[in-house]
Amino acid sequence: MRPETDRVKTLVLQAPSWPGHRAGQHVDVRLTADDGYQAQRSYSIASAPNGSTVELTVERIDDGEVSPYLTEEAQPGDRVELRGPVGGYFVWSLEPSGAVLLVGGGSGVVPLMAMIRQRAADGDDVPTRLLYSARSIDDVIYRAELEQLAGRGDGFDVVYTLTREQPSEWTGYSRRVDRELLAAIAPDELALTFVCGPTPFVETVAEALVELGHEPSRIKTERFGPTGG
Amino acid sequence: MDALRLDGNAAAGLLREVFATEVTAATGTCDGCRAVEAVGAVHVYRAAGTVLRCPHCDAILMKVVTDGARFWIDVRGLRTLELTP
Repeated sequence: MRPETDRVKTLVLQAPSWPGHRAGQHVDVRLTADDGYQAQRSYSIASAPNGSTVELTVERIDDGEVSPYLTEEAQPGDRVELRGPVGGYFVWSLEPSGAVLLVGGGSGVVPLMAMIRQRAADGDDVPTRLLYSARSIDDVIYRAELEQLAGRGDGFDVVYTLTREQPSEWTGYSRRVDRELLAAIAPDELALTFVCGPTPFVETVAEALVELGHEPSRIKTERFGPTGG
Repeated sequence: MDALRLDGNAAAGLLREVFATEVTAATGTCDGCRAVEAVGAVHVYRAAGTVLRCPHCDAILMKVVTDGARFWIDVRGLRTLELTP
């Protein structure tokens, strides 16, 4: 169990019969109460494929059924039921040529982080940029690791936009992602874009990219809704 | 914009149970407008059941209702589904 921000924790799970996964896939987590009541939620896998270890990064939704348990009550050694991995559409793949843009809103960065970690593990040098929209610097998940990966000089970098609150010395973007921002940061020779976040965020980004002339079939999206947790 | 709208990725687990294979990378053809899209890219709404809608014409492609043991599947709006098991 690894704290990431005030509201977000990463759970490191050991799944002995795990068949392996691809970066971007998710897993359904099912909890069963003593009285048999079951609740199930889907979480993106945060880790690159790594044997039987599966990391989930979970944001606590205060009135949720599953995330408060996973982030506040679960203890090392507890057992949870996993179904997966699932998903074959929003998964890391490389085009024969061209750069990759990853656009994450809030905890939508989680499946993108799996892709970034896989890219690093594979030693890929395909130009890859993460545009990460968060409310404040304290809400940025994986910040230290992202800085470290961006410092490797292998073609990966991060652009942040902090939409609600910025540190006093902040020189980065400080507004919601819009067409102008995307036009400014989209890599040349962009071949593939992955967008993950809340539904309004994903649709705004995807529509703006299409308006900028990017091919819709090369924009892969994954929405998560306001309910559940 | 409908904030309750999800996409086919959100139905991946359910569809895997129904089809016993990964389906979100499969491509479906809408019977209404003939648009071809990956299942992962279609719109999904969840209430008592799960409804997949065409992102181009909003026609219903598929409805799946389950009580945990049985599934009721309506695929009238899906002209074809091309998948590689």
